[in-house]
Amino acid sequence: MAGQPRRTALYDWHIKHGARMTTFAGWEMPVQYADGPLEEHHATRRTAGLFDIDHMVQIEVRGSQAESYLNQLLTYDVRRLKPFTAHYTCLCYHDGGIVDDPLVYRLAEDNESEGTPYYLLVMNAANGEKALAWMRAHINSFEVTLRDVSEQIYMLAVQGPRALEILSLLTSVDLADLPRFGVVRGTLWDEVPTLFSRTGYTGEDGFELFFPSEYAEQVWERILTEGAPVGIKPAGLAARDSLRFEAGMPLYGREISPYYTPIEANLRFALSLHKNFVGRDALLKQELEGTTRTLIGFEMSDRSVPRHGYTVRYNGVDVGEVTTGMYSPSTGRYLGMAYVPPGIAHMGAEIEIVIRDRPRRARIVPRPFYVPTYRS
Amino acid sequence: MKLDANARYTESHEWVRLEGDAMVCGITDHAQEELSDVVYVELPEVGASFNRGDQFGVIESVKAASDLYMPVSGEILAVNQELLNSPELVNKDPYGKGWMIKIKPSNPAEWDSLLTPEEYEKSVTGA
Repeated sequence: MAGQPRRTALYDWHIKHGARMTTFAGWEMPVQYADGPLEEHHATRRTAGLFDIDHMVQIEVRGSQAESYLNQLLTYDVRRLKPFTAHYTCLCYHDGGIVDDPLVYRLAEDNESEGTPYYLLVMNAANGEKALAWMRAHINSFEVTLRDVSEQIYMLAVQGPRALEILSLLTSVDLADLPRFGVVRGTLWDEVPTLFSRTGYTGEDGFELFFPSEYAEQVWERILTEGAPVGIKPAGLAARDSLRFEAGMPLYGREISPYYTPIEANLRFALSLHKNFVGRDALLKQELEGTTRTLIGFEMSDRSVPRHGYTVRYNGVDVGEVTTGMYSPSTGRYLGMAYVPPGIAHMGAEIEIVIRDRPRRARIVPRPFYVPTYRS
Repeated sequence: MKLDANARYTESHEWVRLEGDAMVCGITDHAQEELSDVVYVELPEVGASFNRGDQFGVIESVKAASDLYMPVSGEILAVNQELLNSPELVNKDPYGKGWMIKIKPSNPAEWDSLLTPEEYEKSVTGA
């Protein structure tokens, strides 16, 4: 990532409100505010958390062949997308390694429109350029245009059991009826054209909002004001990481990367192996013949904090590596995710995590560690 | 930054206080703030002996793991067992309930070479 880190429109607000900043994927983002990551995590699970996620990259895909173009590229069958819904998918290399794991939205100009759909891909900040290059390399003769709209569109996430109630004070759109992964056009206080998406990266009910960048601070402050009575808190990247981790959601650069495939990462819900796409042959082969490693969850039996990069040992042999590990605020347990050979990946299996040169006992446990509320 | 006027300090951000013939040790308010939320503390066995500057334990926050260093040479008389289940006490009360070890110093004169509150404050703020 060359040059100075970029700043979102809320940078000054974050600084003014006691945020500790960190450089993440080329952006200077709040890692926590004054109350600390644990408080922000609990606020999101119990009431609501507000996240600046404008570092995310948004790519619009338009054209008469947008659907068939995306379908030869994305692992998920976009023909299955109903208008105004989103689905999690991967974008792969030919060997099945992951370029990025976007959410793909099927949209239209207005809520009633039956006209030509267009698509919005929301990607990781770190991957925007390489993913866009990979997508452009596969345009061939498709009638399609790709446009990076990240500059024009601001992105915030309001997450938690009270998110619906708070946002409903700011819009006349009926958000309560919006299903998980549904999206609807509307306005905030009859002024700000907004796309409301019932999605998120926390394991809680909640929304991700897309609106014109010039309203960033206004929207942010109005949500905090309306949410104050129920105890909404601005939340930083540390809380975002612990929330997604407990909910079993992968993070690019940790659980997924060009070196891992969606099969190894147990992301089968992102795959439509019946249709052709870049990387499908490699993934089909893995599905039929098996893989050499698979992603598991584990809990420390000896108290200690597992972290990214620590070695996993089984019967005295190094067998894998921790992708993410931490103290899990909602369960009070020390948990991790790791890649291990499928042969030892059964529930209750005893493994060891090497923490500061000392092997510590752990055992394989089910994921997610925290069952998302919208699933129960 | 809060300081305990009765304590002495190290450049590695431990504080020490005299308690009769023993010395009590923890980490400073500045250190806990830098660490952010503490989620795990590993302390030595009672009876273990260390030299000044030896690592006696580990503290882990949401952010990272850091080593804890002996401010003076001596034997561990007691450790704060409460921190095993409530590591957040280090954040809430670093000079009180967040104490870590009680030391029987083998060379009490080392106390005199520790930083005074004013010296420690200077070393942190660079003023």
